Amino acid sequence: MADQTLRQWLLTDTPTSRRHAKLSAIYQGWLSFRGNTMAMIGLWILLALVGIAAFAPILSPHDPFVQDLGNRLAPLGTESHILGTDSLGRDILSRLIYGSRITLYIVALVALIAPVVGLLVGTVSGYVGGWVDVVLMRITDIFLAFPRLVLALAFVAALGAGIENAVLAISLTAWPPYARIARAETLTIRAADYISAIQLQGAGAMRIITRHIWPLCISSLIVRVTLDMAGIILAAAGLGFLGLGAQPPSPEWGAMISEGRRFILDHWWVATMPGLAIFTVSLAFNLLGDGLRDVLDPKGGE
Amino acid sequence: MALAENEGGARNRASLPRWVTATLKTIGSIAVTMLGLVFITFIIGRVMPIDPVLAIVGERASQSTYDAVFLQLGLDKPVIVQFAYYVWDVLHGDFGMSLLNARPVSEDIARVFPATLELATLGVFFGIVLGVPLGVVAAVRKGSWIDQVARVVALVGYSMPIFWLGLMGLLIFYGMLGWVGGPGRVSIFYEDIVPSVTGMILVDSLLDRNWTVLKDAFSHIVLPASLLGYYSLAYISRMTRSFMLEQLSAEYITTARVKGMSEWDVVWKHAFRNIRVQLITVIALSYAGLLEGSVLTEIIFSWPGIGSYITTALLSADMNAVLGGTVVVGLVFILLNILSDLLYKVFDPRAK
Amino acid sequence: MDTLLDVQDLWVKFPSRQGVFDAVRGVSFTLGRERLGIVGESGSGKSMTGRAILRLIRPPGIVEAKQISLGGVDLMGKSEKEMRAVRGQRISMVMQDPKFSLNPVMTIGDQIIEAYRQHNRASKTQAYAKAVEMLEAVSIRDADRVMRAYPHEMSGGMGQRIMIAMMLIPNPEILIADEPTSALDVSVQRQVLDIMDKLVKDRGMGLIFISHDLNLVADFCDRVLIMYAGRIVEICQADKLSEAKHPYTRGLLNSLPRLDAPRDHLEVLKRDPAWAQAPSVSGRV
Repeated sequence: MADQTLRQWLLTDTPTSRRHAKLSAIYQGWLSFRGNTMAMIGLWILLALVGIAAFAPILSPHDPFVQDLGNRLAPLGTESHILGTDSLGRDILSRLIYGSRITLYIVALVALIAPVVGLLVGTVSGYVGGWVDVVLMRITDIFLAFPRLVLALAFVAALGAGIENAVLAISLTAWPPYARIARAETLTIRAADYISAIQLQGAGAMRIITRHIWPLCISSLIVRVTLDMAGIILAAAGLGFLGLGAQPPSPEWGAMISEGRRFILDHWWVATMPGLAIFTVSLAFNLLGDGLRDVLDPKGGE
Repeated sequence: MALAENEGGARNRASLPRWVTATLKTIGSIAVTMLGLVFITFIIGRVMPIDPVLAIVGERASQSTYDAVFLQLGLDKPVIVQFAYYVWDVLHGDFGMSLLNARPVSEDIARVFPATLELATLGVFFGIVLGVPLGVVAAVRKGSWIDQVARVVALVGYSMPIFWLGLMGLLIFYGMLGWVGGPGRVSIFYEDIVPSVTGMILVDSLLDRNWTVLKDAFSHIVLPASLLGYYSLAYISRMTRSFMLEQLSAEYITTARVKGMSEWDVVWKHAFRNIRVQLITVIALSYAGLLEGSVLTEIIFSWPGIGSYITTALLSADMNAVLGGTVVVGLVFILLNILSDLLYKVFDPRAK
Repeated sequence: MDTLLDVQDLWVKFPSRQGVFDAVRGVSFTLGRERLGIVGESGSGKSMTGRAILRLIRPPGIVEAKQISLGGVDLMGKSEKEMRAVRGQRISMVMQDPKFSLNPVMTIGDQIIEAYRQHNRASKTQAYAKAVEMLEAVSIRDADRVMRAYPHEMSGGMGQRIMIAMMLIPNPEILIADEPTSALDVSVQRQVLDIMDKLVKDRGMGLIFISHDLNLVADFCDRVLIMYAGRIVEICQADKLSEAKHPYTRGLLNSLPRLDAPRDHLEVLKRDPAWAQAPSVSGRV
C-alpha cells in the first residue's frame, strides 16, 4: 500500500473492500467525465456561478438597489457601469451578480422539494401496490396531463405572486416525472431476492423503503434532476418575467428582462444582458447533465 | 381439454370482445384524467385569495346583494356539490363570465384559441420540416461535424428562455433589419378586413383571396412561429436522431443492404419507416409543448391567443377566465395524447 | 471445380482506444459450387468473414485483403455503388433470426418484391408473380396470404424460409448463410436446411454455411473451415472431420457428447495461446 500512489489505488482491478470498489468506480466515472470537454465547461460555469453568488458583495461594483435617475439607461461600456444601467439608473452588472443568488436559491429549493415528493409518492406507490398504486399513479398522470407552465401560472395565481410561491408552484408541476422514475425503480428492487430475505427477517415496510429502496433510487433521480435544472431555471425566469415570481426591486433575471422589455428597441442591452445570464447558466446545466448521463447511463447517451 | 373449455366459457360470459373492453378502459381512464384536471383547477379556484362574490358585486354592494349572489353561485352548498355543479358547467362548455369584460369565458376562448392554434401549428410545421431531416442526417453521419452542429443547435434551443429569444428576434429582425412585421397578427390598417371564418388569419385571408392581408399576416407570424419552431426543432431532431440510431443498428437494415439497396433507400425506405410511429408521438408532444411555449411568446409578440388571455386574466385576477383557459389547454393536451395513441395503433402493424 | 469466390489474406480491423483489434486475421479460402462450412465459437470472426465479403462491415471497422475475387473480378477494387450491384444479385446472405432480419413494418410481399425489383426490371404484377413462385419454392402454402402478412405474424421457421426466398429471388451465385437455423426450433431446423440445400443445389450455387454447431456443419457441408481467434486453424473434408489433427478441433470434437460412444466425462477444452498467434491455414483449393 505504502509505495502505491492514490491514483493507482483508485484504478486497481482488484479492489480490497466495498468502499474501495465504490471509490474506484467513482474515480473512473470522474475520469471519463473529465474527458468530456463540453460537460467540463458546464461544470466550470456552474462553479463560477456559485463563486459569484457567494462573493456577490465583493464582486459587484455598485449596490444593486441604489437608483441614480440622472444616469438612467446608460449604454454598455459607460464608465464604472460596464454593462450599462437600467431604467432607474441601477448598475446592471451588479444586479446580475446579485441575481445569481436568487437563481441558485430557486434551483436549490426546487431540486430539494420536487424529487423528494416524487420519491415519496413513487416508492410508496411501487412498494404498496394495489389500489394505492392505482390512485397515486392516476394523480401523477393528471399532473402530467397539464402543461407545466400553465399549471404553475394557475398555482401562483391561487397562492399569490412571490418567489417562495413560484418555487412551490414549479415544484408542484415538477414532481410527477420523479414519481414515475422512483416507482419503476421500486418495482424492480421490490422483486429482488434480497428484499424477500429482509422481509423474512421481519423488517417492516417503512424500514425497507427508507433503508433499502430509497438509497438505490437516488442515483437515477440525481441525473434526472440535473437534466431538469435548465428547465427549472427557464420556468422560474418565465414566472419572473410575467411578474409572478420575484417582486421588484429584486434583481431576478426574468424580472429584469421584463423591465427592459419596454426599451428593447432603443436600449437593447437592458433586456439582453439578463437573458444572456439565464442562457449561460441553463446551457451549463444542460452540458453538465448531458455529461453526467453519458457517465452514469452509457446506453441513454448512445 | 376440459380446463381449456372452461376458460373459453368464462371468457364468453364476460361476453364483450377484447377491443371493446380495451376501448372502454381507455375511455374510462381518459375520463378520470379529465375529471382530475377539472378538479385541480376547481381546487385552485377555491384556494384563490379572491372572493368570487366581491369580484362580481363590487366592494360597495349591500349585504343583501352580496348574499343573493352568494346563494346564486351556490357557495352555501358543500364543496363536493359545488364541484359537481362546476363539472356540469364545464361539460356544457360554460366557464362562467369573465369578470373583466362581462362576457362568457367560453366565447372569449373560442375567439382567442384559433390564434394560438395558428401560431403553434406553423411552429411545429417548421420544427418537423427542419428537425426530422436534421435528426436523420445526424444519426446516419453519427460523430461527423453535422452531428455536432445538430447537438449544439439542440442544446442551445433547450437553454434559451423563449421570451428573451422573442425579444432578441424582435430587436434584430424587426427593429434593426425590418425584415418582418412587428407585434400583433396583422398591421393595424389591415385589421378586420377579411371576414373571420376559421379565426386563423392566414386561412381566412386565403379563403377571401385577399393576398395583401395574407402577405401582411405572414410577415407578422413568421418570426414568432420560427422561434417556436426552433424549440420543437431542438426536441424533434434529438428524438429523431436517437430513434434512428436504434433502427440503424437493427438486423433488418443489414438485410436491406444485402439486397443491394442504396444507402438513401436503406435509410428512408427501411429505417425511417420504422420510426414514423414513434415520431408521431414526439410531434404530438412537441405540439402540446408549443401550446405551452406560446404563453410567453404571445406576450412578447402581443399575439391575441390563449396564452395572452390567461396571463392578462391572471394579472387582473379574473379567476373564471384563468381557470377556463387552464382547463381548455389541459383538455387539448389530453386530446393530443389520445390522438397520438390512436395514430400509433393505426400505423403500427404490430399494435393490431 | 470452377472457383466462384477466391478470398486471399482477408483482415477485418477495428481501431479502438486501446489499439487496433483484429477480428479476422489473414483468412484465405476459395469457394466452388459446393457447401463450405465455417465453424467457430462466438468471437472467432466467422460472421465477420461473411460480412466482410459483402463489404457490410460498418465504420470504424476496416476490411483489408490481397483480393476477394468473384468470378475473376476483384471486389476490393469496386466502388460502393458497384458493390450494390454485387449484393443480392451475385452474393446474398441469410441471417440468424428472421424476427430481427425482416423489416417489422413492411409486408412480406413488399419486402420480397423489393428484393427482386432491385436487380430486375419488372412490372409490379410480374414481380408479384415471381415472389409467389419463390414462396412456393420454399414450401410455403397459401403464398398469397403470406404476401400480405407482416413478419410478426409468422413463425420462426416460416420467417426463415421467407428470408431464403427473399435472398434467392434475384438468383445469386453465392449464398452466405450466417447461423441460419440457430434461432429456430429444433423441429424445423432440418426442414429449413433441406429447403435451402435443395435450392442451392438446383441452381448450382456456392454456399458458405457459418455455424457454431460442429455436428450440423459436418453433416451438411462438403468442406469445413475451423476458425479460432480470427484465424483458420484447420481445413477438413466434412466426412473426414473425425480425422482432424489440430488440437482445437480435436478438443471441440471431444467436448461433444456422442450417442455411439458414451463417456463418463466430457473433456473441457484447454486453450493454447499459441493457436491465436499461429498463421492462418489457407483454405484455397
